[in-house]
Amino acid sequence: MAETYKQLREYNNIFNVLLVLHVIVIAIGLGAAFYMEHHGHIVTGMNNQIVWGLPHVFAVFLIVSASGALNLASASSVFSKLAYKRFARLSAILAISLLIGGLAVLLLDLGRPDRLIIAMTHYNFKSIFAWNIILYTGFITIVGVYLWTMMDKTVTRYNKIAGWGAFIWRLILTTGTGSIFGFLVAREAYDAAIMAPLFIASSFVYGMAFTVWVLITMCQATGKRLLTRDVSNKIRELIIIFIAAMLYFTAVHHLTNLYAAEHTGVERFILWSGSVFTWLFWGGHVLIGSVIPMLILMQPNFGSSRAGLIFASVLMLLGGMAHIYVIIIGGQSYPLALFPGMEVTSTFQDGQFAHYMPSLPELLLGIAGISIAMFMTGFALKLLPFLPSPVADGK
Amino acid sequence: MISLKPDDRKSEKADREAENDGSRRAFLKGAAAVMAIAPGMTLYAYGTKDAVAKPLDEAATRKNRWGLLIDAAKFTDADVDRCVAACQKENGWKNTGHPLTDAQWIRRVNITNKKTGEHFSLPMMCQHCAEPPCADVCPTGASFRRDDGIVLVDKHICIGCRYCMMACPYKARSFVHEHLEDQKSYAPRGIGTVESCTMCVHRVDEGRQPACVEAAPQGAMVFGDLNDRSGKLAQLVERVATQQVRADLNLDPGVRYRNI
Amino acid sequence: MKSVVILQRLILMLVMITFSGAVLPGVVGHAAAQPAWMPKPPKAVGGKCDADPKWMRKWHMKALDHKRDETMHKGIRTRKFSLKNCISCHAVKDDNGKYITVRDERHFCRTCHDYAAVRIDCFDCHASRPGDKMDKAARAGGNPHENATKMSSVIRKGDTAMADFHKYIAGEGK
Repeated sequence: MAETYKQLREYNNIFNVLLVLHVIVIAIGLGAAFYMEHHGHIVTGMNNQIVWGLPHVFAVFLIVSASGALNLASASSVFSKLAYKRFARLSAILAISLLIGGLAVLLLDLGRPDRLIIAMTHYNFKSIFAWNIILYTGFITIVGVYLWTMMDKTVTRYNKIAGWGAFIWRLILTTGTGSIFGFLVAREAYDAAIMAPLFIASSFVYGMAFTVWVLITMCQATGKRLLTRDVSNKIRELIIIFIAAMLYFTAVHHLTNLYAAEHTGVERFILWSGSVFTWLFWGGHVLIGSVIPMLILMQPNFGSSRAGLIFASVLMLLGGMAHIYVIIIGGQSYPLALFPGMEVTSTFQDGQFAHYMPSLPELLLGIAGISIAMFMTGFALKLLPFLPSPVADGK
Repeated sequence: MISLKPDDRKSEKADREAENDGSRRAFLKGAAAVMAIAPGMTLYAYGTKDAVAKPLDEAATRKNRWGLLIDAAKFTDADVDRCVAACQKENGWKNTGHPLTDAQWIRRVNITNKKTGEHFSLPMMCQHCAEPPCADVCPTGASFRRDDGIVLVDKHICIGCRYCMMACPYKARSFVHEHLEDQKSYAPRGIGTVESCTMCVHRVDEGRQPACVEAAPQGAMVFGDLNDRSGKLAQLVERVATQQVRADLNLDPGVRYRNI
Repeated sequence: MKSVVILQRLILMLVMITFSGAVLPGVVGHAAAQPAWMPKPPKAVGGKCDADPKWMRKWHMKALDHKRDETMHKGIRTRKFSLKNCISCHAVKDDNGKYITVRDERHFCRTCHDYAAVRIDCFDCHASRPGDKMDKAARAGGNPHENATKMSSVIRKGDTAMADFHKYIAGEGK
């Protein structure tokens, strides 16, 4: 019987070039983080109104994607879809890598990154943020154990339990990430329990996009076929359903907000005012990130081809960034209502739409997060048999 | 034990004598008595006794709940600016020419009623909530509410994540974006951490009033103990119509307003 | 000479060089005058220190940390072991008679911390020289510290991390 999984041994220069590129991007990103820490956040575009900026957009995007990257593994272990079993290992290692990439960005943007040890030793259990720290480290551990049960024959019998554990944990993790925003009572753009399911649906989309992206890159790098036509087709259909779910939760979120008079202001600001967020929402999240990929994937032939899948994935990732940007930055940009019904001004930008111009170091740090995830995945593929073995042509 | 006014010299001497004595009890008595007199100088202007400091070696307790009552009708724009300036001088934060990143512990909020065109302004700062959202969301517990109701940031364990700034409904918090130098010894502030109004906790612990209260027009700001029903503040809050900013959030702020 | 012997001596030499920093001060420090390369922290200007200097050298960080939490979270503002009090006694003046900040390498804390290569971030936030009236009052007033038993009563009982500290403080008050 041919082995199902393969360690990455034979590959062309595409792989080497990518690895080197990622190392360079990571080095630049670390330099940017050092620059930010040395000078303080004064060198970023963030300020006392927009307190979370581009690094948080990248970090949240990566963390949400991490949970979604586990899709194929969960499908095989939890829902017994054996067609995806070949991709389960890759899916798990990608999930861990994406999470670490996101956490690295989050950590390096802290005001005091040197106090990591405090974040690990002082917990305020009332804080959803503190719970998230536990959810993140727990995710890495559980998925790690899950991978072990997939790879070590002596513990295979625990695979099902580990798979279920990882599946439940990832849902809680994305719920937790969404709740970071959902629990902010005073911010009108958030403060909604639907943030949690919206984040789960989004994680499915972005995680699948990353998985497809890595799989097809590895097809190119090994010059072999890793996906059968059948699996490509199934992935195509899955993504369509996930995008539909994401759009559904987005629609419900905004429609319910429009219904409540106190939230119409922020909804008008995001959806209609013509601000940068309006463009990013409709053009980025809805059109580029959802509608166009859906249309592409609805073509049975082109949609399940390498070109179609990679094209749709890139659009979904770009749209995803726009989506998170609108949530994080747009939500902060809309002024807090200190005195509802009154016109308010101050030297602290009360009553004004806060303006945010990301700076280069922030962007470099954010991109480095993606590179950390990709480099880790690529490097892992060389260490252990995570990749599915190639399928014969014509299958 | 702090000498700001000449009269306080006496108190410091008394403290020292008591300490040299080695007798804790004597020290406590001396301190408490003096504390009651010294801050009384200003507080008696309102007619009732109010803030009495705890002995320096005792922990703040839930017995007290320090608070403020701000009467918006008694403030002109210039009055509010005087309070802001007093806070800056006391706590050492200032305008460095970067309006978007400079810290503002207290600010003048100008309010215009859209329907009537009526205009007024008031000082806005940390509202020292009984249920502070900043403390709820803080991952390390650096944001906390002291037992006597003062909400503070423990900068020793603040990691600078800024989640509290996302959570505060009053925009009361600032992040220190730059290296600082020559901070006040009683108001430490530093790069990469979040800060806000401390209700001049260093003064309160000594039985003095917050700097803004001293700078405000007569009777425009009343500082005191919300739990002390015989005190000026609690009596005022009981008798007159007071308002809480964003009362809908049910945070029970320690800072109350009148005539908004 | 046999190569094994050479190797042995080489290793011995390396070990001696490596640990000379730790061993020599102990051997030489007591017998002779302090070697030139040892740190020479400037003399304090107040009265007696909050605790025996030998004890302080070893435990000052614990004392400061403990006091910091007491003050920050409970509002206990006695002078003993407060950073402000340390700073007011250990302030150093420059040639013009002005107090230097921690940016100057002659700063009391830096004389040792530079030598030991231990970074302190106290002064990212705290003033590193006496500033306001209270500090001056403390300086002028000699030694206003309460005695040690009072402090020890403030330390939480049963805190094992602090047990050493507790014992030390209790004994030191005599």
